[in-house]
Amino acid sequence: MTAHVTETGTIDLRRRATLGAGALVLGFSMLPRPARAEFNAMGVPPVADKALAGSLKTNPMLDAWIRIAADGKVTVFTGKVELGTGVRTALLQIAAEQLDVAPAAIDFITGDTGRTPNEGYTAGSHTIADSGTALLHAAAQVRALVVQGAAAQWKVAPENLSTRAGTIIAPDGRNMHYGQALRGIDLHRAAQAKSVLKEAGAYTVIGSSLPRVDIPAKLTGGASYVQDMRLQRMVHARVVRPPAYGARLLSADIQAAGRMAGVLKVLVDGNYLAVVADDEWQAILAMRALSAGAKWAKGPAMPAAANIHATLRALPAQDIVVEDKRAPGGGAAVTTIKNRYTKQYVLHGSIGPSCSVALLDDGKLTVWTHTQGVYPLRAAIAEMLSMPLDAVRCIHTESAGCYGQNGADDVAADAALIARAMPGRPVRVQLMRDQENQWEPYAPAMSTELSASLDAGGKVCDWHYELWSGSHNERPGNAGKLIPAQLLAKPFTPSPSLPMPMPEGGGDRNAAPLYAFANSKVINHFLPVTPLRTSAMRSLGAHINLFAIEGMMDELAAAARADPVEFRLRHLEDPRARDAIRAAASKFGWDGRERQRRRDHGFGFAFGQYKNLMAYVALAVEVRVERSTGAVQIVRVAAAVDCGQGVNPDGIRNQIEGGILQSASWTLYERLRFGPDGIASIDWASYPIMRYSNVPARVDVVLIDRPGAPFLGVAEAAQGPMAGALGNALADATGKRWRDLPLAGPQLMA
Amino acid sequence: MKKTTRKWAVAGIAALAAGALAAAWVVQPALAPITPPAPGGFDAASLARGARIVAVGDCMVCHTATGGRPYAGGLPLRTPFGTIYTTNITPDAATGIGNWSLAAFTRALRHGVARDGHLLYPAFPYIHYTRLTDADIADAYAYLMTRTPVQAAAPDNELIFPLGFRPLLAGWNLLYLRSGPEPDDPARGAEWNRGRYLVDGAGHCASCHSALDPIGGERSPAFGGGNIDGWDAPALTALLRAPKPWTAEQLALYLRHGWSPEHGAAAGPMAPVAHSLSLVPPEDTKAMAAYLMSLQAAAAPAAPPPPAPAPPATGADAARIRQGGTLFAGACAGCHGDAAPMMAAGGRPPLNLSTAVAGARPDNLIQIVLNGVPWTQSRSATFMPAFAASLDDAQIASIAAYVRADIGKRAPWPELERRVTEIRKENQP
Amino acid sequence: MSTLTVNGVTHTLDIDPSTPLLYALRNQLELNGAKFGCGLGQCGACTVLLDDQPVFGCLTPVAACEGRRVRTIESLGSGAHPGPLQAAFIRHQAAQCGYCIAGMVMRAQALLEQNPQPSAAQIRAHMEPNLCRCGTHMRILAAIGEVAATRRVAPLARKAAGSKP
Repeated sequence: MTAHVTETGTIDLRRRATLGAGALVLGFSMLPRPARAEFNAMGVPPVADKALAGSLKTNPMLDAWIRIAADGKVTVFTGKVELGTGVRTALLQIAAEQLDVAPAAIDFITGDTGRTPNEGYTAGSHTIADSGTALLHAAAQVRALVVQGAAAQWKVAPENLSTRAGTIIAPDGRNMHYGQALRGIDLHRAAQAKSVLKEAGAYTVIGSSLPRVDIPAKLTGGASYVQDMRLQRMVHARVVRPPAYGARLLSADIQAAGRMAGVLKVLVDGNYLAVVADDEWQAILAMRALSAGAKWAKGPAMPAAANIHATLRALPAQDIVVEDKRAPGGGAAVTTIKNRYTKQYVLHGSIGPSCSVALLDDGKLTVWTHTQGVYPLRAAIAEMLSMPLDAVRCIHTESAGCYGQNGADDVAADAALIARAMPGRPVRVQLMRDQENQWEPYAPAMSTELSASLDAGGKVCDWHYELWSGSHNERPGNAGKLIPAQLLAKPFTPSPSLPMPMPEGGGDRNAAPLYAFANSKVINHFLPVTPLRTSAMRSLGAHINLFAIEGMMDELAAAARADPVEFRLRHLEDPRARDAIRAAASKFGWDGRERQRRRDHGFGFAFGQYKNLMAYVALAVEVRVERSTGAVQIVRVAAAVDCGQGVNPDGIRNQIEGGILQSASWTLYERLRFGPDGIASIDWASYPIMRYSNVPARVDVVLIDRPGAPFLGVAEAAQGPMAGALGNALADATGKRWRDLPLAGPQLMA
Repeated sequence: MKKTTRKWAVAGIAALAAGALAAAWVVQPALAPITPPAPGGFDAASLARGARIVAVGDCMVCHTATGGRPYAGGLPLRTPFGTIYTTNITPDAATGIGNWSLAAFTRALRHGVARDGHLLYPAFPYIHYTRLTDADIADAYAYLMTRTPVQAAAPDNELIFPLGFRPLLAGWNLLYLRSGPEPDDPARGAEWNRGRYLVDGAGHCASCHSALDPIGGERSPAFGGGNIDGWDAPALTALLRAPKPWTAEQLALYLRHGWSPEHGAAAGPMAPVAHSLSLVPPEDTKAMAAYLMSLQAAAAPAAPPPPAPAPPATGADAARIRQGGTLFAGACAGCHGDAAPMMAAGGRPPLNLSTAVAGARPDNLIQIVLNGVPWTQSRSATFMPAFAASLDDAQIASIAAYVRADIGKRAPWPELERRVTEIRKENQP
Repeated sequence: MSTLTVNGVTHTLDIDPSTPLLYALRNQLELNGAKFGCGLGQCGACTVLLDDQPVFGCLTPVAACEGRRVRTIESLGSGAHPGPLQAAFIRHQAAQCGYCIAGMVMRAQALLEQNPQPSAAQIRAHMEPNLCRCGTHMRILAAIGEVAATRRVAPLARKAAGSKP
């Protein structure tokens, strides 16, 4: 929970968190009974049948996923959403492959509380594993039913029939389309635990780099984003946010704003201010006037940025032992190294500030939103407006990349509130750049301490890691998590912040090293209340944790007089991890790097398996440090990725390249600016990120394909290793270790 | 060049020639080349001090081409006498100063003489660097000798005849070069003396902030205001006559951060100066500010004179101001409007306090609108987009007229559109 | 009333003349290409061409566009018939979330029209005003480089120097 406490300074006791069956279930006293079981604090709906594959566990009915009309038209549904990662195409490929229908012939529907299964949030790199696996099996089972149906109609054995492009073909040449085949067969039935899957060797769609189905429209001005929606009689709204957390509205010149050209309504509700106009520019001008005339009482001062980590470490913490491994044997420590690592608050920085459209018509509210979780958001909005769940529908519509929780849920709440004030008119709300920057939940600032020891044989014999972090999950399910709901005259209070359970974790994601160390202890000091609003950002704690682990591995390797790559292999048994490391080293030319060494250049290597469960990424980096300015040029990167059966190889490469560059930007440049008066990073000038002049000269990605193997989440897997490799490369280039992110800048000058 | 200036130039060159002949008996010898010193041979403390001096001296700003490697030279300096390309001062033996001894380096800074004996053009402000102490010159030498060597030869200079004939400079030096450090003024405190040392020495502020006479010498008294690269460098002796009088504190903030909450942002050629100064310890910028504030005219008014009341605009002028207001609302108010985030959360000053808006000439405002303040990755980064492509001359003139009248509340600048056209033309490469 | 000539068609719009071009394009003319990214001239998502120069649509009032030619990504081609840059971006799959892409294409189009075969360094320097948060830069540069190498974008006819930008 952030510093939004009630006036008495206590937590609202109606929002209690209780433990139930190993999952944390939030009780909402205001929601109807069925809704309470809709999802847990991680946004995941309750398990209906744990024997089923992927999200079939929670959504077992086949026709929740696939429907085939009488005319053969195929519609496929997923509860996940396209965030710009390409999953719409990848999931489509999976369904198309197992169904034997051409991808272009499928109508593919994503996250919509009115039409699709509830798969919680699109987050945590779960999409292909959860939704993809569900579609893999559901599609295979539907295809089997289709074949059965045709076989029954033709009175032939199903094994003699083949399918191709939505058609069943008999050996004698007779054919019928799937709609005909399903006559008399109801897809409204539960899936089975076992499916007859097409062999990976026979794949023609899965494993091919099908061009993304959404890209052409984005390149030719097709309507692709929620920002592009234009509904009949739509009006434009802008909000006025307080100048800083906790500021209270003293006065605003509502009349003057209301008299401006085109203004239809000015909303005031406690600390919540918004203005609605016919035309978007009119709304902006009115927002400017309303903002200029508003007077606010300051809220509590925010902490200073300079000593934020000391401030955070002094806060009350919940200590979670992530790992405590003691094994007999192993040598005594001959060298011990102890370091501290830190990262600053990092901004999601979606290139397009968040936007939403909502319409309240005839008692029904529809919200078009780029939220990561349409079902949890629906519950939160229903609670905020005291509406029954089934009167609210959230339809995912794309926006710019979010990389976790950005302002999407908040602006959806804005749209809902304003739509309620303008019944019958669709309301479009667009956050401004400064509003997105000042109110989004940041990636938490974190600090970590690591102490590791080597034995006489050059192996790590002891490992002790502690980290301090605020919450990495403040997504709604609860109205109080929505900023607009917190600003109302009768504000909603967010439910208490909770740590995210292992094996996936939050701040402690990838905190437990994958390496085989005899003794290892890892502690997560979870800080439930921190001064800045924080939530999930791509890879969560893995970014700093792998930066620390991989930096320490290099320092230990040096102490053991070992090559950094060989030293890692010394401690890894997993053959897939070893393959990834060797592939990256080979692609980079790691063994021959000394022959290429030039002044102020450095080489660095790093490895990580995301969450110790998902994709493997190893990478090597060459950097050049411009000592006169502290600038860092990334000369080249070579990465190797293993994510199991790759669905769309080019899509995977795109995500890994993107993750490499984005992580480089975070690691080298990014820190949120703030101070006692509030958040100062209001735009790109006050929050610089990677520009073309910083982009590497070359990035190579090697994919290690594992046909038929389970899908492993890959979109976040490069963030941690890239940070680790950069840290190691800078140490190699400068002869000095840098452990406080961001790394580039005047401190590198010499 | 204008006719009167040309006459002066001819007269001046004649005088220089005479002086050069007189001084010709002073032949500048070549100093023996050395092997480039090993970077490890300099101690860390000396390098740190050297970095500080080189930052105050802005060496990297001039000696780095756009997109080029630091200190490798090649930046064209457009002077009234033609274009001079800065030299490579990395420790490359062939194309840089790698084979310069400390004695050669000292002679260059003190006397404007290169290692091989040729005279350096005073676009290189050795008349200021001459005031550095031996210790500081040695530290600067150490720092420059540990830069990454870059092999790069500067293009040939393009100077008007006969200024390519370097011995003429001997005469110029007779007129303008007073070698060696100045002793501290015992009547003044340590901070003032430090400030004077930095401003008059490495900082070479008068090189831009003083007017130049027709043969490129700085006019006396110093800091009366100059013009560099098409930008007005304001008079540093008139700081109390700004819309809000400067204080030492504001000046130190401006030098250090590239903007002042009571005045505005460093733009044009001043922006890189602030970037360099963001790297030196705060006591240096504080000292520079203290010294500069001490230079204000003895009889400075207690309060600044109110802006000359502008008669209300009529007819075409009024229409142009209205048009400027319309354009301002769409193009500028997102940052410069009253409650814009840059103002409210960013603490930036309103435009009526800006030196560019209050100035006697519109040139700086026109330059800022045309060029913006380019993005850099320095600690003191401010940023403004450029409007040269989106706004034409009449539109920029109307915005300037609006800002001058309705925001600055000052008498109008004459012939704005013509000035925009001229400046845009001068900016063409 | 403001007139605006966009993609070769002149429109008469009854809007506030201070309206930035971006909103006129998106709302009055219903063109989706140019995007709102910051409204401050810092990200380039709104980049369009004005008299063949790349400008920030978010900071160019409609009043400044009278008698001038605006071009948006819609003028370069369609889904069925993409222009050279659009086709190259699709071939390279040079997009992740895609929100910055129309701005990138327009800035690149301006470069190639002025300089049909820029070097890789020139392309990077020219694209600097545009931000991509997803990290798609390598593919964007590759797509532009491919079009540059094969000279598929027609250069502009030479123009006389003048006071207009």
